[in-house]
Amino acid sequence: MLSIKNLQVGLEEDKQILKGVDLQIGEGEVHAIMGPNGSGKSTTSYVLAGKDGYEVTGGSAELYGENLLDMEPEERAAAGLFLAFQYPVEIPGVGNMTFLRTAVNAQRKARGEDELSAGEFLKIVRAKAKSLEIDADMLKRPVNVGFSGGEKKRNEILQMAMLEPKMCVLDETDSGLDVDAMKLVAKGVNALRDGKRSFLVITHYQRLLDHIKPDFVHIMADGRIVKSGGPELALEVENNGYADILAEVA
Amino acid sequence: MAVSQPKLDGATALSAHFPAPTGAKWANDARATAMGIFNAQGAPHKRDEYWRYTDPSALTAVPTAPAALFSNDDAPMFDHVDRVRIVFVDGIFDPAQSDDLTLSGANIETLANATAMDIHWAKDLFGKLESNGQTPVQRPLAALNTAVADQGLVIHVTGKCEKPLAIRYIHNAETSDAMVHHVVKIDKGGEFTLLESGAGAARFNSVLEVDVADNAQFHHVRTQGRDHDRKTVTHMFGRLAQNSILRSFTMTMNGVLTRNDAVLEFTGDDAKATVAGACAGDGTGFHHDDTVFVTHDSVNCESRQVFKKVLRNGATGVFQGKILVKPHAQKTDGYQISQGLLLDENANFLAKPELEIYADDVACSHGSTVGAIDEDALFYLVSRGVPRAQAQNMLVLAFLNEAIDEIDNDDLASDIRDRLAAWMARHSV
Repeated sequence: MLSIKNLQVGLEEDKQILKGVDLQIGEGEVHAIMGPNGSGKSTTSYVLAGKDGYEVTGGSAELYGENLLDMEPEERAAAGLFLAFQYPVEIPGVGNMTFLRTAVNAQRKARGEDELSAGEFLKIVRAKAKSLEIDADMLKRPVNVGFSGGEKKRNEILQMAMLEPKMCVLDETDSGLDVDAMKLVAKGVNALRDGKRSFLVITHYQRLLDHIKPDFVHIMADGRIVKSGGPELALEVENNGYADILAEVA
Repeated sequence: MAVSQPKLDGATALSAHFPAPTGAKWANDARATAMGIFNAQGAPHKRDEYWRYTDPSALTAVPTAPAALFSNDDAPMFDHVDRVRIVFVDGIFDPAQSDDLTLSGANIETLANATAMDIHWAKDLFGKLESNGQTPVQRPLAALNTAVADQGLVIHVTGKCEKPLAIRYIHNAETSDAMVHHVVKIDKGGEFTLLESGAGAARFNSVLEVDVADNAQFHHVRTQGRDHDRKTVTHMFGRLAQNSILRSFTMTMNGVLTRNDAVLEFTGDDAKATVAGACAGDGTGFHHDDTVFVTHDSVNCESRQVFKKVLRNGATGVFQGKILVKPHAQKTDGYQISQGLLLDENANFLAKPELEIYADDVACSHGSTVGAIDEDALFYLVSRGVPRAQAQNMLVLAFLNEAIDEIDNDDLASDIRDRLAAWMARHSV
């Protein structure tokens, strides 16, 4: 489903960040990328989503055979890609509900589907919000404004649940969360696992992977994936840190 | 300082251009005083302190440059509101297009009819609030208006009015040069809502004098739009007595030059006033100026100035806002925010916030910012599948919303949002 080959990315001011990333994610699979700070994990997620400021200097990234790198961010979203932000942006003046409905209907329109009526939308969003313990007040407030760290991350998962993407990229969704909040977020993510939808979970810590169990774990360092394995690789990181693995592959 | 010859010559030309009103009785003194003030001050000039960011020459030229008429399919603003509708065409009251001048809770007359009487209550207000507002900042075009305007409404509010009065200013002749002067007196406990809309004339000069008595409320929502070539200068002079409320909001789009002066004075304790504005400007011709002066001369009053301007393609927005707190005006709460959102590198936002405070127990805050669209917010929206143009419009509306939210009426606020959304759809890149 998601096929990343030899992806090389630099910042516009000439600094190379990704130096040839290879990653294949099949339908229904959950992959985790772990790695030290500055290894290129978040850059990978931003480049997939289409954020400005990065220059792709080589390689490819395809979703279901479509070249993601040629698409506008909104086209990638409509094609089924979703990025849960590490730092969800506060948008004063835009109601959370209005934002969700605009996004859902924009994607439906882009895919040639009928837009949801206000009533249909409300029914769906209320049910999904409830399972994430998001109350009516959070839906009414401006997007992420005044939300706690946990509320912001739950709001990301709510958007994911509403948009029903095929490929979900979670960028350090555990950062800034206490254990209970992390469990709630993980529960929301797990509820979306249906055997078809795929996940790429970016994290520093093994802890999140106790709750969102990955099929594959990759270690990223200095702009490359240096080691891949099963869930046991995450435990190895937890016990020994990155130093051993990095020394081993050096 | 001696008044410069170009200013004096400008005043002479303008005085001669507008014929003196005839048939007036009790208003003669106020008009003569105003004409004296105008001729002494001279016409405004771009070297004047409060015209440095806005060149007034289009407002002082004799005769005025013509303005092409503008039409689109938009329904007239406030059309579906249950209201008393009054129409002025090129600044002249049009009884044929207007409803009867009857509104429960108020007594409404035309200025021409009122000034033809031997005695009238408006004598105590007409030109008085305007002349009070001439210090410390000169407002020559308001003085000129008092001196020559014989069109307008004189409204005495004695109770809670059951519906708003909506004045629609229609621009019909390409060279029309309108002077309109309204006087509103709201008795104790009265409530009155005034809606104003329309381009008005090729050049439109208005004065609104509002006296709000104890426990009374004045609500004002105004839209200025349509004609791209119109020149507009408006002045609102408000006086607030004890525990009274004044809320004024203006939305401005199009036009080459719009200058809105608001001059408010708190004379009674515990009163509240808000002056807010949202403007959307597209193109080098667009120049919009909000100049506000709020004087706190009583205890425990609250004033808010909230102005948001979104500008692009060489459009210019100006904000000059002042809060003056006199020595005994303790417990004053003054707030002022002016923000410019520039959609490209050719737009300009010029702000001059001023606070002058002589009391020691006050809370005054002000902020002025200028910036571009928040790229992180834009990416967040597009990453969820919202097309870029639509996402940008959402952010622009969100920015202007903070000013629109100052309107104390959800239906009217929603009308304003709809109108802005329609404007943005037409002007979208």
